Amino acid sequence: MMSKIVRSMTRPLYPFIILFGAYLVVHGHLTPGGGFQGGAVAASAIALLVVAYGGTRMFRKGTLTAMESSGLIVFISLAMVGMATVFFYNFLANGGPIFGEAIFYGPNPGYFNTAGVIPLMNMAVGLEVIGGLGVIIIALGKKAFEVME
Amino acid sequence: MRKSVAFGGLLLVFAFLLIAAVNLHGFGDPTNTEMDDYFIHNGQRQTGANNIVTSVVFDYRGYDTLGEATVLFTAVSGVLIALRKEGGEE
Amino acid sequence: MIGNAPYIVVGFIIFLGLYTAIFKRNLIKIVMGITLVESGVNLFLITLGYRTGGGAPIFTQATNMHMVLPTPQALTLTSIVIGVATTALMLSFIVMIYKHYKSIDAKDVRRLKG
Repeated sequence: MMSKIVRSMTRPLYPFIILFGAYLVVHGHLTPGGGFQGGAVAASAIALLVVAYGGTRMFRKGTLTAMESSGLIVFISLAMVGMATVFFYNFLANGGPIFGEAIFYGPNPGYFNTAGVIPLMNMAVGLEVIGGLGVIIIALGKKAFEVME
Repeated sequence: MRKSVAFGGLLLVFAFLLIAAVNLHGFGDPTNTEMDDYFIHNGQRQTGANNIVTSVVFDYRGYDTLGEATVLFTAVSGVLIALRKEGGEE
Repeated sequence: MIGNAPYIVVGFIIFLGLYTAIFKRNLIKIVMGITLVESGVNLFLITLGYRTGGGAPIFTQATNMHMVLPTPQALTLTSIVIGVATTALMLSFIVMIYKHYKSIDAKDVRRLKG
């Protein structure tokens, strides 16, 4: 439990931190970022909540564990779907129904509807990293507060 | 006595690191870059991603990422097991 | 060799990390030393892949077509995540050690010593 200044600044700020993390995850195939980085940024919002309030009401341990497991399962099954050719085959790129636009070598302004399974894998890994790091932060913070008393 | 021996060994390791650093190829001039040039020139056409690092992480070297996700999952399981409610019984 | 100064800096960071991990007795400081070694290795991978005057390997509105190597950056990403995982595991073990021994001095953790 931190001071009133930290608490009252945390409340309006943490949704924007999570939003920025989601932006990094979703635009991972166009700009610097990706699943791991965006997930780490979003988990820092959870860390801010834990430090300021001594726990989070919104992110429970069960939810975060479910997010982590489902992210890993979606990632592995996306890799398995391309199994007809080879494991981790990018079956959506260059002509798939979603994210299937083809691009060619050279700079371009950045088309969102490209890159096949890479954005989907980014989202799955982002979900997994948010869940994993959030669970670690919440468990460590709770235990540390408990041991300190 | 033991402390000074350990410090001597540490200095030996540091000297090895320094010699290796001085004799490496020059900074900003890597030698074998065929694979990376292939990724840079063909990554956009083959995977459709503008970010070459992402296409390497999730497409060309997907196995690495699979192992990495598994390591993260195992670490989370380890933390949850180590910090569970009851604590370890002796 | 002033041109190889980044490699020398990397060696110095790894030296500092090893010194901290070997000579400090506080377990938190040992974890800090191991993290320093990790950072040195990550920095080493990044500097290995640098090309003079190169830009980031991202084609969205790129102006500089001379790009640094992407593979070391991808492997560094893997290494960073694994470093976070191992650091979390080490810190949780330190919390358990503090709970059992009421101390985080490495000299006090000696129940297995004969």
